[in-house]
Amino acid sequence: MTAVSAAHGDKPKLVSRVSAINWNRIEDEKDVEVWNRLVNNFWLPEKVPLSNDIQSWHTLREEEQRMTTRVFTGLTMLDTIQGTVGAVSLIPDAITPHEEAVYTNIAFMESVHAKSYSSIFSTLISTAEIDEAFRWSEENANLQEKARIVLDYYRGDDPEKRKVASTMLESFLFYSGFYAPMYWSSRAKLTNTADLIRLIIRDEAVHGYYIGYKYQKALEKASPERRQELKDYTFDLLFELYENEEQYTEDLYDPLGLTEDVKAFLRYNANKALMNLGYEGLFPKDQTNVNPAILSALSPNADENHDFFSGSGSSYVIGKAVNTEDEDWEF
Amino acid sequence: MSGTRLSVVYFSSVSENTKRFVDRLGVPAQRIPLRPTEPHLLVTKPYVLFVPTYGGGNGQGAVPKQVIKFLNDERNRSQLRGVVSAGNTNFGSAYCIAGDIIARKCGVPHLYKFELLGTTEDVRSVREGIERLWQQP
Repeated sequence: MTAVSAAHGDKPKLVSRVSAINWNRIEDEKDVEVWNRLVNNFWLPEKVPLSNDIQSWHTLREEEQRMTTRVFTGLTMLDTIQGTVGAVSLIPDAITPHEEAVYTNIAFMESVHAKSYSSIFSTLISTAEIDEAFRWSEENANLQEKARIVLDYYRGDDPEKRKVASTMLESFLFYSGFYAPMYWSSRAKLTNTADLIRLIIRDEAVHGYYIGYKYQKALEKASPERRQELKDYTFDLLFELYENEEQYTEDLYDPLGLTEDVKAFLRYNANKALMNLGYEGLFPKDQTNVNPAILSALSPNADENHDFFSGSGSSYVIGKAVNTEDEDWEF
Repeated sequence: MSGTRLSVVYFSSVSENTKRFVDRLGVPAQRIPLRPTEPHLLVTKPYVLFVPTYGGGNGQGAVPKQVIKFLNDERNRSQLRGVVSAGNTNFGSAYCIAGDIIARKCGVPHLYKFELLGTTEDVRSVREGIERLWQQP
């Protein structure tokens, strides 16, 4: 039975023809730009001194440790999906050979991310606790549902729907989990772990941007009816995923009373996922007010009041030291 | 206010995120050429520059090369009144760093930051802000 379904049901979809990739003849300059960006951003978990967090870990209460461990198994699950199925499933739909190469880079980095959670686990917790957390991830209905929804679209036969699902995963579905290390970082806990997670967040931002860009390129050639179909699909999928994310968030964060704070962060990121796909955000401003401590753990430059026009904040900042001089400047 | 003195110059890559934000402002705007083969842009009246932030790692290459080339022309630089930058908080300390770099090098204020396509509130704040800026003596 298994052999039959493997042969007929989940037949691997591969590109039908391969030409030798020529990086000296570029069809879409975005492919090169993103490739370079990903290569420059390359990192490995071994470079992050996670063991410096051991003391901090032991200051967390038991339910705090449990929440954190479960968050990381959930993130491991998503990165595993994206590395072994999601990014790979986009390859046969690629328009240019360079786009294919970028997807292979994305797939590999997702596997690095998945492995880095294991580095966190092995540094902070016992084998028995690790096993318990993985068991939880297999049994949590909302985590499994999240995986099922996305995997269904990856296996489906619509290349653009695959891109939408992939962008949702990269730019939205991770954030119920990413909240936790940002929360600890804002309290000066697990700061090395947070540094590692920030590297993952940076990568996912490029992935979501790129896949969303390729989706928009495909839309340019589509009929108005097809565009409408995909827009409706995108918002339907977002609602379906958001509803599930709400429940998943309650499972994880209710014991600590953080659920509402996390949900604002979810809606903020849901809007950004939509923007990566070229749509305006869905949730209004008053529903996406991320806790400033979380926002500043994410980005120290994201002072919400950076608005010179309104005169708020210390916005006339021109003296900030920036050690990123480009040699192209001539003054 | 008539808006005749309002001027915006922007750079946007083929993803056009920054272009879409500028389009929503509804003010006259000139685009910095994307390709070296296109003619050089020379701006002769005061303007606010809109720029996305590239890169995201160590910040190297954060300002698009085309923008650097445009600002290397002293005539363009002399008309610059402020910079608005686009970015993504997921790039951490590199968020909107292109705006910081240009503001510091050119001695103009970094007026505003927005994420990706920007929100309706961002568009309103920037439009109103630019109009006020131009009314100042």
